[in-house]
Amino acid sequence: MNSVHLQLENVRKEFSRRIIFDKINFELTNGNSIAITGINGSGKSTLVKIIAGILSPTRGIVTLTVNGKEMKLEQYHNYIGFVAPYIQMYDEFSAYENLKFFARIRGMHFDAGYADQLLDRIVLYSRRNDAVRTYSSGMKQRLKYAFALLHKPEILIFDEPRANLDRHGIATVYSIMEENKPESVIILATNDEEDLSHVETIINLDELKEQQKSEKQMRSSARSKQPSTEVAK
Amino acid sequence: MKGKFWKIFLGVWLSIVIIVGMSLPMVPSPQSFFEFPIIPGLDEKARIIFFHVPTAWIAVIAFLMSMINGIQYLRKNDLIYDVRSSSAAGLGLVFCILATITGAIWAKFNWGAYWNWDPRQTSIFVLMLIYGAYFALRSAIDIDEKRASLSAAYSIIAFVTVPFLVFIMPRMMTGLHPGSASDDGAGPVVDFSMDTTMYIVFIASLLGFTLLYLWMYELKVRLGKIELYYESLRSHD
Amino acid sequence: MLYIQQTAAVFIKDFKSELRTRYAINALVMFVITTLSIILFSIGGERVSPDVLAGMLWVVIFFSAMSGLSRSFVSEEERGTTMTLQLLAQPAIIYFGKLVFNLVLIFSINTLVVTLYLLLIPLFTVQTTSIFLLTLFLGSFGLACASTIIAAIIAKANSKGTLYPVLSFPILLPLLMTVMNATKLSLDGAPLSEAAGEFRVLVSYSVVLIAVSWVLFDYVWKD
Repeated sequence: MNSVHLQLENVRKEFSRRIIFDKINFELTNGNSIAITGINGSGKSTLVKIIAGILSPTRGIVTLTVNGKEMKLEQYHNYIGFVAPYIQMYDEFSAYENLKFFARIRGMHFDAGYADQLLDRIVLYSRRNDAVRTYSSGMKQRLKYAFALLHKPEILIFDEPRANLDRHGIATVYSIMEENKPESVIILATNDEEDLSHVETIINLDELKEQQKSEKQMRSSARSKQPSTEVAK
Repeated sequence: MKGKFWKIFLGVWLSIVIIVGMSLPMVPSPQSFFEFPIIPGLDEKARIIFFHVPTAWIAVIAFLMSMINGIQYLRKNDLIYDVRSSSAAGLGLVFCILATITGAIWAKFNWGAYWNWDPRQTSIFVLMLIYGAYFALRSAIDIDEKRASLSAAYSIIAFVTVPFLVFIMPRMMTGLHPGSASDDGAGPVVDFSMDTTMYIVFIASLLGFTLLYLWMYELKVRLGKIELYYESLRSHD
Repeated sequence: MLYIQQTAAVFIKDFKSELRTRYAINALVMFVITTLSIILFSIGGERVSPDVLAGMLWVVIFFSAMSGLSRSFVSEEERGTTMTLQLLAQPAIIYFGKLVFNLVLIFSINTLVVTLYLLLIPLFTVQTTSIFLLTLFLGSFGLACASTIIAAIIAKANSKGTLYPVLSFPILLPLLMTVMNATKLSLDGAPLSEAAGEFRVLVSYSVVLIAVSWVLFDYVWKD
């Protein structure tokens, strides 16, 4: 496994001049696991998309270093496994075909044995040749884990990892996480208590915003304490 | 362009251009400085050059400015460039319509029909379509950043394809427009030469209209900046 | 080499998907048949000049392209697979994969259009076959180049269907004028050399559009 280092410096994202979040700073390397929490609309998904390189930050820098070499943005996807409700598989193809196309588009050799192993792990092996269209939402979610793990990425990003999963599916996800934890970087976007118990660090976007706001207020109130009549205007 | 001086200066300048352009007599062979030569085939209708050509010129300049600011947006990711780009395009559309209408009116009296698919008419029509498409695209995208980058991309694509028209049109249609290369037979035969006085008035008009455009552009950009600032204030609570 | 394999993989994915879902092809074939019928009805027994017929051929081709070529990007956007693709390969690979797919689609559709046109409209007689075939080839190529990048743009906008021809038309106008002129030449029986200028315009048009699309696709493709 390659050694990876992911760094976020003062990352800010705006949509139509609305600041979603600001001054996000953290560093992650192999063996680190982190969860990003916050209420709906706090920007969890936006932040993980920025980390994955599919969205660019308004300000700030994301750097991904692999084996000491800084990666270009267009190479990020090679090191990232991403599971999220907004990432869909191709309905008209079977699970097996989906994985085959994914491997080919990535430009890697399709390892049928490893694909079978993955499909077996997520309990889709018996349905591997059925079109994804016929799958339940839980099965589709499980297939996304095969999509994320197929290229053996160093960074695993799971946005709402439990979505649509039953108890058994959730257990599989946790075992995948525990297994990869020692060597990989794991990033979760979730509010689920049980998910949070599987990571070492938690970043709460709402608390961060509150903190930044109160710091700002303190600074501005410090300024307004200076004798000045201009303020009233 | 700050201060009252510029506004007054521009007002006076354009007034002089309009009065001079409209009122100086046109004679077959100009003797004094205050006379225009008669251009055969155009006669008094030649006066439109002082108003029609500057509007067409600005329609093109605005397109160029819009595209350049679009490139700047893609490079720097700052919405202010999008404000500039769309402001230029907005004014460009207005001047493009003005150029088309003044041109069509002139064509009615000179060529007998409002529209003849002359290469210049086709070109200004295509430019108008591009402006129209640009704003249709803009109104169909909700997120400011996405709107900015997509409309910038579109104006760049339009900018690189339009020059092909210059190559293909002369092969397909005869030019009627004064000053066009294939100006033979079909239209009035025009020796499109202005004398010094006419040329000075023409340049003065071009300059005046360009300044007017820049002033309007400046105002639009300032308004756009205020809107951006207002939006950001509102979202910070 | 790897890039070519990846591009081919994107194309094969789209191609198989098209075979299975027939998202574009069914609608396209029906569109062609409908449009040609309308033209046949309107011509009736009239003797229409070859110039008009040459123009109408490209009107049919333009609108067929407008009804089918946007699918490649719009279907990804509608199904929510855009991000899946973004996580699989760099933008240039996706662009070229989609371009190849659109090329194949437009070539098959244009073959159908021209075959039907030649069969059903006896007045449409090509004198210089070489000009006609080259025009058809280069015209289809340029059409695919322009409509692929516009499709990528409109896939991110709201009213995709109506916006597509609106945005494409000004971009495609130089191409359409060129191919209409070249088709006329082929009907008039002009020698091949006479259409050299048209061919130069068509080739450079495609080259310029591919280069610009390649650069701009990054900005268009990512949110």
